[in-house]
Amino acid sequence: MDPTLKRRIMLEHYEHPINRGLIEDDTYIKINTNNESCIDNLDIMYKIENGRISDIRFDGEACVISISATSIMIKNLIGKTKEQIMEILENYENMIDQREYDEHILGELNVYHDIYQQPNRKKCALLPFESLKKILEKM
Amino acid sequence: MHREDFPILKQELIYLDNSATTLKPQKVIDAVVDYYTKYTANAHRGDYDNSLKVDMMYEEVRTKVKDFIHGNDEREIIFTSGTTDSLNRIVFGYMKYFLKPGDEVLITKAEHASNILPWLELEKEIGIKVKYIPLENHLVTLKNVENNITDKTKVISLAHITNVLGDIRPITEIGKLCRDCHILFVVDGAQSVPHIKIDVNEMNIDFLAFSAHKMLGPTGVGVLYGRLGLLENMKPTCFGGGMNATFTSTGEVEYKSLPSRLEAGTPNIAGVIGMGAAIDYLMDIGMENITKQERNLKAYFLEKAKEVPNLVIYNKEMEGSLIAFNIDGIFSQDTAVYLNHYHICVRAGNHCAKILKEDLLVKNTCRISFYFYNTEKEIDQVIEVLKKSKEIFQIVL
Repeated sequence: MDPTLKRRIMLEHYEHPINRGLIEDDTYIKINTNNESCIDNLDIMYKIENGRISDIRFDGEACVISISATSIMIKNLIGKTKEQIMEILENYENMIDQREYDEHILGELNVYHDIYQQPNRKKCALLPFESLKKILEKM
Repeated sequence: MHREDFPILKQELIYLDNSATTLKPQKVIDAVVDYYTKYTANAHRGDYDNSLKVDMMYEEVRTKVKDFIHGNDEREIIFTSGTTDSLNRIVFGYMKYFLKPGDEVLITKAEHASNILPWLELEKEIGIKVKYIPLENHLVTLKNVENNITDKTKVISLAHITNVLGDIRPITEIGKLCRDCHILFVVDGAQSVPHIKIDVNEMNIDFLAFSAHKMLGPTGVGVLYGRLGLLENMKPTCFGGGMNATFTSTGEVEYKSLPSRLEAGTPNIAGVIGMGAAIDYLMDIGMENITKQERNLKAYFLEKAKEVPNLVIYNKEMEGSLIAFNIDGIFSQDTAVYLNHYHICVRAGNHCAKILKEDLLVKNTCRISFYFYNTEKEIDQVIEVLKKSKEIFQIVL
């Protein structure tokens, strides 16, 4: 991917993240994601309806990679079923860990395709997806 | 100053994370390697030359440590694995048996996790009360300490210099207050012993904890200092070889006297000998000279920092040799990754002082921490990089 385009996508999501700000609503499941290796700290809330994730919101303090990855994840996952989400998750993790993956289903998440070059930031790119795994258990 | 003594500095490296750990001079490296290549043996055991040499070298370091912190007696110096270990032994080897339910321990929210979590555990275990001295503009003042002492206060436990803001506490004055009020005074010296002269008697310190690796020595070794009368009543938290005099199958046990009683198992011999070499090295330079050089570096940085308008510094007025800062609007970790691109090593985060944010209202900062081998030229380079921080996302993404 073109580095300039990649950077522009990440920065757009960092500066104007989708659904930033939590709301008071008991129908959401709220999960704190605390990156054990560093200092990112995000709260992410999910709403599940009729077997699909119908809404995701988040807030917190984190680095440019974690914030942008959270925003892109939200954009990609709203409206998806458990099976669709599992497929995205599997391919995303494969990409981050340099295994075979299908780029066609990852959309803008492809911007992190070479994050392996900065091993200390892999955890940042995976951070929002850690909470997603806990949600999948509940779907 | 003395950069040629540090082999790691031959590479392109601006190392500004000295509060985390320090670089090692050749003399320390040689001392460790010599033990492994020329006279490896266990301590306190054999009757052969190398073992006797190890005993001598190991015990000599105890004297060096005693002199370095101006103690009175070698038996007051216990080798541990580091500050965390030392503080845990103070809490679980002494305070656990000395304190009674309801007794109060005063600390602050700016302490390192190692000077908070053991106390919180002991609070759960035996019902002591951990109380926080309120900070005044992030600082501990004598008056504030005084105001928070009650007749139940039995211990005050404070870092001499904090690792987030680098403020130096009025240890001598608090020490005197503690002595007058019959309160035990525990000092976390991890960030002070490497940088300023310590005198445990003048400062009225009852227990002192510090680490070798933050003062040019090896990792995995540190010191627990305790006044003799206190250490004599400290229970070992670890039992086994080297610390028992006799024992029988029926459970009759007699432990050795100090300091062996509190040093079970084969010690970190190479580490202790390396620490001895580090102390020799620091004494040769002179602690006053080290303190002076660091103050000059900090003052120089603050002056140069005026050229960087979007630099927010949180601890300008603190005396210690560290700078807590952020680039306005940039997450601290992104700044650290950006600086790393220019081989500049700084720390981002909450620096193991996770509850300080309740007071500081800033969750994460970048931290530059100097040691005497840093230079004005390095600071110039850092300032140049910080000036270009508009490019940060071109660099880190």
